[in-house]
Amino acid sequence: MMGRTIFIDPGRCIGCQACVSACRECDSHRGKSMIHLDYTDEGRSVASLPTVCMHCEDPVAPCAEVCPADAILVTVDGVVQQADTTRCIGCANCVNACPFGVPKIDLQAKLQMKCNLCYDRTAYGLAPMCATVCPTGALFYGTVEELQAERPGVQVADTFTFGRSEVRTGVAMVVPADRVQWPVPGGLPVVEINGKDVRR
Amino acid sequence: MTADPRAADPGTTESRAAGSRTAVPLDPSLAPPGTRAFRDAGGIPADRWHADQDGETLVPTHCCFCGVQCGMYLRVDRGGKVFGVEPRNHDINRMRLCPKGINAYQQVNHPDRLTAPLLRRSRDEDFREVSWDEALDFTVAEIKRIQQRYGNDAFGLLGGASLFSEKTYLVGKFARVALKSRHVDYNGRLCMVSAAGANKLAFGIDRAGNPFSDILLTDCLLIAGSNVGECFPVMTQYVWGARDRGASLIVVDPRETAIARTADIHVALKPGTDSAFFNSVLNMVIEEGLTDEAYLATHATGWEEVKAKVAEYPPSRAAEICGIPVEQITQVARAFARAPKAMAWHARGIEHHSQGVENCLSVINLCTATGHIGRPGAGYGTITGQGNGQGGREHGQKADLLPGGRSIMNEEHRRQICEIWGIEESELPPAGTSMMEMVWQMQRREIRGLIGICNNPFVSLPNYGVVKEGYDAMEFHAQFDFFLSETAANAHVVFPVTTWAEDEGVMANAEARVVKHNKAQDPPSGVRTDTWVMCELARRLGAGDKFAFADSRAVFDELRTASAGTVNDYYGITYERLEETGGIAWPCPATDHPGTPRLFEDGRTYHPDGKIHMQAVEWHPPMDPYDDAYPMSLTTGRTVAHFLSGNQTRRLGALVEQTPRPWAELHPSHGFRNGEPVRVVTRRGSEVFPALVTEAIRPDTVFVPYHWPVPTAANALTIDALDPRSKIPEYKVCACRIEHAEKIDDVPAPPVAPGQVSYPETQVSRTDPLPPTAPQGRGTSERS
Ligand code: SF4
Ligand code: SF4
Repeated sequence: MMGRTIFIDPGRCIGCQACVSACRECDSHRGKSMIHLDYTDEGRSVASLPTVCMHCEDPVAPCAEVCPADAILVTVDGVVQQADTTRCIGCANCVNACPFGVPKIDLQAKLQMKCNLCYDRTAYGLAPMCATVCPTGALFYGTVEELQAERPGVQVADTFTFGRSEVRTGVAMVVPADRVQWPVPGGLPVVEINGKDVRR
Repeated sequence: MTADPRAADPGTTESRAAGSRTAVPLDPSLAPPGTRAFRDAGGIPADRWHADQDGETLVPTHCCFCGVQCGMYLRVDRGGKVFGVEPRNHDINRMRLCPKGINAYQQVNHPDRLTAPLLRRSRDEDFREVSWDEALDFTVAEIKRIQQRYGNDAFGLLGGASLFSEKTYLVGKFARVALKSRHVDYNGRLCMVSAAGANKLAFGIDRAGNPFSDILLTDCLLIAGSNVGECFPVMTQYVWGARDRGASLIVVDPRETAIARTADIHVALKPGTDSAFFNSVLNMVIEEGLTDEAYLATHATGWEEVKAKVAEYPPSRAAEICGIPVEQITQVARAFARAPKAMAWHARGIEHHSQGVENCLSVINLCTATGHIGRPGAGYGTITGQGNGQGGREHGQKADLLPGGRSIMNEEHRRQICEIWGIEESELPPAGTSMMEMVWQMQRREIRGLIGICNNPFVSLPNYGVVKEGYDAMEFHAQFDFFLSETAANAHVVFPVTTWAEDEGVMANAEARVVKHNKAQDPPSGVRTDTWVMCELARRLGAGDKFAFADSRAVFDELRTASAGTVNDYYGITYERLEETGGIAWPCPATDHPGTPRLFEDGRTYHPDGKIHMQAVEWHPPMDPYDDAYPMSLTTGRTVAHFLSGNQTRRLGALVEQTPRPWAELHPSHGFRNGEPVRVVTRRGSEVFPALVTEAIRPDTVFVPYHWPVPTAANALTIDALDPRSKIPEYKVCACRIEHAEKIDDVPAPPVAPGQVSYPETQVSRTDPLPPTAPQGRGTSERS
């Protein structure tokens, strides 16, 4: 897992699509969203979860590996970029190779697009737009330690199996913690109100 | 751009607290994207990102929509135009925003904006653009004509709770001083007045008892009649935060919402049975010996009466009324009463009823009897739907209230306000009637002229047939708005006014925290502030000396003085302090007073005896009776992508795409397929919606979201029965039946001014016959 990354916590997702709207606002692909929501139990429950690029580490980015035009670059810190506009030929190989169904092809522009972890923001030390706004923290950006400090006891999973192959990813899923009473509030840093500490 | 203000927001706790998570410092070793150095450092090719942020400024302000009042920055370009949004690390939302907040900036320079006054002398004519002078002169002439002929009270004023508090203060003053009419009310009447009434009765103060942050400290969170995930999405982070540390979550809602899905106990009761349920829970609390007798003895009155009343609601009876398993009542009673700290938050689901006040009182009784009041993590709250639902009624916009929450019936309160306003007490009109009652009076021709400011009753009031008839009967109707709403399209005069980004002012959020909105851009030419229009109308009506306000700040200073010494004390709140602190909760009586985020910490309420006045509550069935022809319940509510009457959000492409149209949500047991046309019939009419079939709703209940106009308006079907005390309409339950239908009606495009073409992007999938299944997060029983 890379240092700061996105953690997806499906138990918290309310299906509001703030992430989708936020992704549209991001400068790196303004106007188009690279996130979509999945509904896991349609017709019975409102459960939903966001799908973002998982930034595969091992094997390194199947999408990039199959790209005949070498259009998908992986940065030194493990971020799998969206296709280089000057190289992409719109062949959709990446779409077929991705085990998570992430890359999209704009057929007219003959161009692949996908989440690139808001490189224009993360390079500045900001969180990606989707994880910044997600009202529930279903998308969390930070290190695993930062996540666990906020949500005591949660574990994360970054290895997924597809048939016989295993994929280890840069983005991880949150595995819920056992329900225990924690002495310190999690979820958000405790706030003081007008100078008064409310931790009592 | 100067130092990046996105990293930390001066004045909020975040930036003061050491080791906070979100304030990540910039890594100076990293070159900015878009530069060669960045690429050489392993970054990305320079031409990929147009990070042309030079010259951009970020104006700190708040979202214009719901009662959470999330902090945000508006991105303003070199030319001074708003062009984007950036999350803001404010105490309330800590960067979070919902899709409405993210897209809100798109209204500011939207092509549908009204930019010149529109006028027509009769409804047979088309609107034409006129000068401000012509529009104002015509309006003043009509006001004078109507008032001379039929009396002052024949002209009414309806305000809105999305206005800044300064403007709501002006609405109240304008009606009483310039129009000299008793008929003024506001659309907050449709929002949280039931909770307001109950809080006033029980605590002598009309606001939530605890700040949002207290939710993080609670051990048991009860959410009643609130679809937090869709209506107040950013509040969810507090709910999940509480859950993270092991707090139990109880949700009372006929639908399995995103919050209910993860609750420890989800009580899916039949709409309109809330007070029977809460009475029964209290009955069980007593039965189990879990009441806090010491607390009751010192802090409450009326306990004996309440005890006697709830004895009439044993779980067996309530379970029958509410249609729920009997064990749930005991479970809720134990979870809530045994928790060291428990909190109850409620919203329109229990307030929009002909027994809305009683429902809220029954929740207060539960909190009081268990001693869960006035401590960190223990208390009650009501979640305001509209941005300024809380502040909008505090300063005299409501029919029975004067500034500072004073009563218009109280001699002393009247005298105090007349002194501040500089008028004789005899000149101050008595209390008027509520919004729905005013519409009935319009229908009966008792009100002949009307000005509406920032509201859209054609979509938001129940029983559309009556509303249309009332408005059609108006001899003169003017409307203030920045888009041509369905109601404005029916007016004689439309005044183009500013959006929230073009003026400054304050709003009070659901925690009663007053926050300041800042001006991000100049209004388009031809557009004036609501303040300017009201003052100008007052001047032309001969009351100019009482309305000599240059700007919002001048109004706010008068408002502060007018509220001094009352329960709703704003005196100590100044624009400067708000900017410094990020928000102050009232009462705040002095400029060195820190504000009051949590009420009753000293154990005293705002009644003279300092006690909680508990009230016994009797449940009665909803006003629209069930029978063989109408056996089911229709209930209404919001979706996350739209706000209230949709006049603003139904014009924003991304939000329209997310939720293009309403649907009828029903249980699979009725045999409908997903997307099939279903006719929902009530005693007031019928409409056809695509079916959205899901097990996440009670089999006896149908849900339709209400943001759209006829022929796809939930409010053409709802009943205009009112709570006798709060006068809130019973939106959340009426009798209905469902039938198979042939064809689903298209959603009409929002009206635009003559010469304007509707923004093509907002037309996306509006005529798509299928319900927005997946995007709603509701799921469907089959993929269409
Ligand atoms: S913003 Fe967060 S809660 Fe909303 S849909 Fe996206 S992941 Fe889910
Ligand atoms: S609508 Fe409410 S929750 Fe959404 S961004 Fe605005 S204030 Fe926040």
